[in-house]
Amino acid sequence: MDIKVLGPGCAKCKATADMITRVAGEAGKEVQIEKIEDMRQIVGFGVMTTPAVVIAGKVVHKGTVPSHDQVLAWLG
Amino acid sequence: MSADISSPRPTRPDWLWHIGLVGFVAVWWLVYGQLIPMAEWITALFPVDRHSHTGEAIAFFFYDVPKVMMLLTLIVFGMGVVRSYFSPERTRALLAGKREGVGNVMAAGLGVMTPFCSCSAVPLFIGLVSAGVPLGVTFSFLIAAPMVNEVALALLFGLVGWKVAMTYFAFGLSIAIVAGWVIGKLRLEGWLQDWVRDIHSGATAPEAADDAPLTLVDRYHLGIEAVREIFGRVWMWIILGIGMGALIHGYVPEDLMVRIMGAEAWWSVPAAVVIGIPMYTNAAGVIPIVEALLGKGAALGTVLAFMMSVIALSLPEMIILKQVLTLRLIGVFVGVVGTGILAVGYLFNFLF
Repeated sequence: MDIKVLGPGCAKCKATADMITRVAGEAGKEVQIEKIEDMRQIVGFGVMTTPAVVIAGKVVHKGTVPSHDQVLAWLG
Repeated sequence: MSADISSPRPTRPDWLWHIGLVGFVAVWWLVYGQLIPMAEWITALFPVDRHSHTGEAIAFFFYDVPKVMMLLTLIVFGMGVVRSYFSPERTRALLAGKREGVGNVMAAGLGVMTPFCSCSAVPLFIGLVSAGVPLGVTFSFLIAAPMVNEVALALLFGLVGWKVAMTYFAFGLSIAIVAGWVIGKLRLEGWLQDWVRDIHSGATAPEAADDAPLTLVDRYHLGIEAVREIFGRVWMWIILGIGMGALIHGYVPEDLMVRIMGAEAWWSVPAAVVIGIPMYTNAAGVIPIVEALLGKGAALGTVLAFMMSVIALSLPEMIILKQVLTLRLIGVFVGVVGTGILAVGYLFNFLF
């Protein structure tokens, strides 16, 4: 599963990527995380708050570090 | 912070949450009333004379730290709940196509209510401008958001008093409205960075997932989350700020402060603004210092100017904004906001 984490390299963006990696590890899911730090690309997704998470071209989360349960729900 | 907590969580009945909240506020109230005796008790544990410089500084510190922490907890929680009714997307929808004037007033108000952190300033800026929100209206939002916030109000209210807090609130909003209006009148859209002018985000943006409607208990959770987040970010600044304040309170002689920062010294207001720009702290760090300065006879206008300058005009923020604004436009921004702060400073020194 390809997951994009959007954010200009702030602490919360890193925490978001770490959270996804950790939950995927626990759930035994294969994920590729791509961090998008370029501001032009970030705004191209139409998000106004970071960190944001994009799965399959869809913005599923924005503005906060997602919770453990939320990440689990995305991984299906 | 956006309001999209949609995950299931272990359920406690809603009424338990409501009762818990009432109980918490009651305990809060009781403890808050006992802070002076508690601070005196702690100060008495130190082997120093209560009325010496050191004794004064210690008492100041142990009274202010718990007081500030308690006020912050309550107010940040309350604002977290209120803010869950707002989002950047809703703000954008409200502001898009608004005319200048009305738009500036609305934008400044929404700047106070809309949840966002400074690391989102750039996408937020672009999101607003690309949706057709006029540049000046966008600036009103961006000026109000850091300057007039719940942390500043909570601390001013608790440490300096409600009159100063209300005054700061009113003039902070006024500066955001007027400065944004002036920037709008100057027609500086051409001074954005090229790539920002060309962008039409939103038009090609992928669908955002729908946010689930929130229950009141969801909003409590967002409030608690806000408290955790704000504390994680500002506790260091508060301790440092109160430490500085305690030193000023205990050691700085009063006549020196009156001479440097009193209303008679006309140059003190511009000096306060200039000194404030490179200082990087937030409301939590600067207000304990403000309290101590006022206690030593510094003029209210000078101190307010210093505080507004520290919070609203910071170098790190300008470096972030450099991604979307040309240096010329940043210069105008600093000039217009700085002039507004100067005017407020002089006005207050003149009035009070």
